[in-house]
Amino acid sequence: MTVNGTTVEAEVPDRTLLVHFLRDVAGLTATNVGCDTTSCGACTVLLDGQSVKSCTVLAAQVDGRQVTTLEGLADGDGEMHPVQRAFRAEHGLQCGFCTPGMVMATVSLLAENPRPTEEQVRTGLEGNLCRCTGYHNIVRAVLAAAADTEGQASR
Amino acid sequence: MIPAPFTYQRAGSVDEAISLAAQGGDDAKFLAGGHSLLPLMKLRLSVPEALIDIGPLRELSYVREDDGHIAVGALTCHHDVANSALLGSELPLLAYAAGQVGDPQIRHRGTIGGSLVHADPAGDLPAVILALDAALVARGPSGQREIAAGEFFQGLFETALEPGELLTEIRIPKPAQAGWSFQKFTKRAIDWAIVGAAVQGDRVALVHMGSTPLRASGVERALAEGAAPADAAAHASDGTSPPEDINADRGYREHLARVLVRRGLAEARSRA
Repeated sequence: MTVNGTTVEAEVPDRTLLVHFLRDVAGLTATNVGCDTTSCGACTVLLDGQSVKSCTVLAAQVDGRQVTTLEGLADGDGEMHPVQRAFRAEHGLQCGFCTPGMVMATVSLLAENPRPTEEQVRTGLEGNLCRCTGYHNIVRAVLAAAADTEGQASR
Repeated sequence: MIPAPFTYQRAGSVDEAISLAAQGGDDAKFLAGGHSLLPLMKLRLSVPEALIDIGPLRELSYVREDDGHIAVGALTCHHDVANSALLGSELPLLAYAAGQVGDPQIRHRGTIGGSLVHADPAGDLPAVILALDAALVARGPSGQREIAAGEFFQGLFETALEPGELLTEIRIPKPAQAGWSFQKFTKRAIDWAIVGAAVQGDRVALVHMGSTPLRASGVERALAEGAAPADAAAHASDGTSPPEDINADRGYREHLARVLVRRGLAEARSRA
């Protein structure tokens, strides 16, 4: 499979889950294992550009496809992605455990709907649980990222 | 949590999937999006010896108009069903309900066919398919056949599919009556419905009111006899045997069914 633009090849047991492949084989540990039951969204990555929960995908199912993890968002010179910048600026995190999944779900949401309403942000992130922040700053960060992304596109 | 060991095979075509399933026998299962099957396998509630991955078969992912009905490929994911312009205009009940399944990540992976063959009585789409009077097309070693939605759901997680048969398409007649509604009662986002109701015209189906999705026949009979919608809705729990669990006892589910059907009929009529 291609992970963050780089080909990653490995022979793994058939039952290997994508999240374990990313963490243990590709060495990309930003993607967290949270609930491990397709509920919390901490393991969210992009599969061919769409958000998926990598605890519920087999690595084998992704053979030949494109995966993006949090590590793949910033560009080569270390400049953060607009969504990452917005989460930092709006303090959209406390402990940080849900953050990689929240950011990846946000990237997918904004790709499908570049100017969401607050309501659409809340329903669009319903697959991601945060136990610290009460979500308000996260929603603010997503709306700021949407405004930032649109501003950049029109420049 | 990881599943028990199994052998993974990827099918390159529907024919190959069916022949791999025939070789694998009773211990082989088809894997589509995996969002019903993989969680069960991680909990070791399902322990298939072989998985036949049909997920990449793009030939089974489509929505099209076909000779007076709408055809939906079994591997169309919920996200694509929810966002299909054709379904939005011709079968808004199905498009809307698909957008209520799980959460965005789940809708990117889960498929309509997977939801139906999983046959969870708490699932949203089985009841929708019943309310739409759809037919399900299955292919197996002995050819292709059509199964009416009303005969498809046989019991808890049980369907009329024979071992080795693959659901390939859902055929849905264009509804005679336009008004529709989908009501789903949950405590939290992404929960399964405690009870749900799908309404298309005077056809009403219930989520999680028995071991299979059900037509609310008492309601439909009352409507056919000319009862007002609110009076007909009082029959929503007639003849049902809803499960009891941590979320609701039988009486509460019966109450929810009556309330949701009443709201559903009112909303459907406002859209007719």
